[in-house]
Amino acid sequence: MTLDAFDRRILLALQRDAALPTTQLASRLGLSQPATWRRIRKLQQAGILVGRQICLNAEKVGFGVTVFLGVKLATKGRVSLEDFERAIGAIPEVQTVDHVLGLYDYRLRVVARDLADFERVLRRRIMTLPGVGDVEANVLLSEERRPGPI
Amino acid sequence: MLDDVDRQILRHLQGDAALTMPELGDRVGLSVARVTRRVDRLVADGVIIGQQSVINWHVLGYTVHVSLRITLDKTITRAFDEFLAAAREVPEVLEIQTFLGRVDVRLSLIARDLTDYQRLYREQILTLPHIADIEALMDVANVKTDMALPL
Repeated sequence: MTLDAFDRRILLALQRDAALPTTQLASRLGLSQPATWRRIRKLQQAGILVGRQICLNAEKVGFGVTVFLGVKLATKGRVSLEDFERAIGAIPEVQTVDHVLGLYDYRLRVVARDLADFERVLRRRIMTLPGVGDVEANVLLSEERRPGPI
Repeated sequence: MLDDVDRQILRHLQGDAALTMPELGDRVGLSVARVTRRVDRLVADGVIIGQQSVINWHVLGYTVHVSLRITLDKTITRAFDEFLAAAREVPEVLEIQTFLGRVDVRLSLIARDLTDYQRLYREQILTLPHIADIEALMDVANVKTDMALPL
């Protein structure tokens, strides 16, 4: 599917606010409401718009610390990657797990109430998993999401 | 402060942000009016920041996803500000994070393919100001992506 200028503006607007009413979006674009709705449907059916995500203020719900962890597996081959992925993904504080190529094998995004809580998660839950080798932690200070090449 | 019902509401919305108020009310055992009031309050208090549509970049032809770990030259006082301002101008940058640790900044970058990535890397990334060191990690697979907080 090739996107035209209207599609791009729809993607930009919904990426910023998925709850934006179609009527408002339509008037912003200068399109009719049914035409706007049809375009949204088409973007969904093409698999370009794949759902909504709620954004919470982590600090206000009690998670004051976010850490990015680079994890290197110590015994590749002997440890099943699938077992590791299943075990690490099951830890509630682990928000994302990405298998990467480079300095580390996995990048984890971990949330915790504070640094002491993070240390507990790291020592008791992550370091105890079979195969975990080198770990590098970087504490998140700020984060922004960009709209991307639309 | 959040109570148990607030947490339940947030858990359900994390699972499915598109839930309507009647659906959400059903799940937490509140009337539509009461659950709407709660959600409105969570928004007013800044607990719920908003909701975003998720775009599948792969379908749009961006098949390469790279994480750039950058160390800045801290002898320059405005290194962070100037670097961040310039990084925001690169459309292919999806996320910018700053850290306390061995890495100063992480950029999450997408490209159409490896040739496109090489071009971006040389023309748009290496030309960003005040880079002291840069490491690239290529995403092979996203194993867990839900970003949900363990409420």
